[in-house]
Amino acid sequence: MHIVVCIKQVPDSAQIRVHPVTNTIMRQGVPAIVNPYDLYSLEEALRIKDQYGGRVTVLSMGPPQAEAALRKAISFGADDAILVTDRAFAGSDTLATSYALASAISQIEKDIPIDMIFAGKQTIDGDTAQVGPGIAKRLDMQLLTYVSKVREVDLENRTITVERRAEGGVQVLKTRLPCLVTVLEGTNEMRFATMSNMFRAARYPLKTWDKEKAGIEDLTKIGLKGSPTIVSKVFAPTPKSVKAEIIDTESNQPKDLAVTLLAKLFTKKPNLVRDIAKNAP
Amino acid sequence: MSEDNEPRKPARRKVELDPKLAAYKGVWVFVEHERGQVHPVSWELMGEGRKLADRLGVELAGIVMGTPGPESRQFCSEAIHYGADLCYLMEDELLKDYRNEPYTKGLTDLVNSYQPEILLIGATTLGRDLAGSVATTLKTGLTADCTELAIDMENRSLAATRPTFGGSLLCTIVTLNYRPQMATVRPRVMAMPEKDGNRTGRIIEHSLGMVEESIITKVLEYIPDNLQGKPQLAFADIIVSGGRGMKKPENFQLIWDLAKVLGAEVGATRPIVQAGWVEADRQVGQSGKTVRPKLYIAAGISGAIQHRVGMEDSDVIIAINSDPNAPIFDFATYGIVGNAMVILPALTEAFRQHLSTARMAG
Repeated sequence: MHIVVCIKQVPDSAQIRVHPVTNTIMRQGVPAIVNPYDLYSLEEALRIKDQYGGRVTVLSMGPPQAEAALRKAISFGADDAILVTDRAFAGSDTLATSYALASAISQIEKDIPIDMIFAGKQTIDGDTAQVGPGIAKRLDMQLLTYVSKVREVDLENRTITVERRAEGGVQVLKTRLPCLVTVLEGTNEMRFATMSNMFRAARYPLKTWDKEKAGIEDLTKIGLKGSPTIVSKVFAPTPKSVKAEIIDTESNQPKDLAVTLLAKLFTKKPNLVRDIAKNAP
Repeated sequence: MSEDNEPRKPARRKVELDPKLAAYKGVWVFVEHERGQVHPVSWELMGEGRKLADRLGVELAGIVMGTPGPESRQFCSEAIHYGADLCYLMEDELLKDYRNEPYTKGLTDLVNSYQPEILLIGATTLGRDLAGSVATTLKTGLTADCTELAIDMENRSLAATRPTFGGSLLCTIVTLNYRPQMATVRPRVMAMPEKDGNRTGRIIEHSLGMVEESIITKVLEYIPDNLQGKPQLAFADIIVSGGRGMKKPENFQLIWDLAKVLGAEVGATRPIVQAGWVEADRQVGQSGKTVRPKLYIAAGISGAIQHRVGMEDSDVIIAINSDPNAPIFDFATYGIVGNAMVILPALTEAFRQHLSTARMAG
């Protein structure tokens, strides 16, 4: 069983701040982390490896610093790590990214055939959820998104049965390997890194692939040139013309503030009492 | 959407579209349905699609894919009642349950046959699975989770606006030299349009042309959700939410206390969900739920875009925050500057008294 897990290093978006005056992103000091959704996929892949044996290769595309994310994955128990990095990839949108990753995966496959690919449900910085499906389509693989449980992997018949989150329920799907799986958050909990894996991660000779090594055949399909979507403008949200009415009382005691607020609220929205009464115990 | 999330230099606008691409005309909305029910997001998109089509002076079409029978026809007439001029209908037993392979092939074929310039899909688990696949098959641009759609009349392109940088800023994305221009929008982001039962329109049928044997993935079973006890934020009338300003998980009980008195749902910001204080179903914001309640109470929430886009269409927003400069006061209806841990219990008590008085008054 050879599983490739696609991961991405992302800025910890919870810690991103916008400069109040210049409206630009303040990047300084924002730590880079492994996209949290990718960890559910990595853990699921490691569990399959624990159960059925085999290897887990982690793959990432990004700047040279993204090496840290791959080492982190090794510390959790991944066997191999490949970083696809090249200036030529800068500005890639999801279509170009899926092309680059699919090319790299085809190169990995030349060494060891691939049975499954795991990808995060989405990233916390791009939030598109498009790269996983994109890779599957480019490699003509079956696609299982939002998987909440891997029920069974049948190595003999080369099939997998999973539970997939649909809008109003859960689909139980069975498909043939190889396939691409994205995992729903909360499906599992990432294991702790063992001491020996942490040492291994520190010493691991990470493979770094430029566009040639990643097998990119068509340079017009990567980077800005290969991206159909163009960011035409980035801007701070326009403040509403009417700001909040700040509740103020002479005493500014919590109780007075609350009573004053409710008086205003129910004067403005008399029907709200009825809406509350409908649901309240 | 740039995957590396770098804002790029504004592109030089090509006003002249390749004649092959200029042939793409019309706005399409994919009508998502499951278990006999159309997902409301499809009608919300129909309302939005109507505006885009009118601006461009083109037709609006609903795309209905499903099993042969009266149900699919019913969805077509509903699509027309919600604003479509026509419907493309693909009926096949193979389309009974959503599966990536036949739906991707079907929608890709429809696009290649009838060439729309814009294709809108709901950002649901089904819609995102389908949109990402179809965009790759068509090799075109797809902008996810848009919060605003407009037409740039200079070159008739779709200007799709969405939050970026973890929701700190907004960006507008265009797909200039590719067609169709695809976008997904999450449920409840757009307003539900009025239904007009008198509207009529035509139906164009198109066949899928697949056999079951060629479809590798099989649906073994469908287990419907037991919704009892599950949070239902998207359609809640009243929501009480907490953010990082609640400081400790124990303090979150104050949110629950107020919610109980109001019969409200409890919501939270992304950091709170990530810290595991409440379940993921309660996350409000760009990567959680979008809500439009009659009353939204935000305690200890700064009001970053990530959260704001998920709740700013609430009828009334009450914000409690100790920082008078918190962005939430820029768009809330009422604000109380103060410590949420002290204000919340006072508010809970005030609501309790007000409600019992109202009840006694009948």
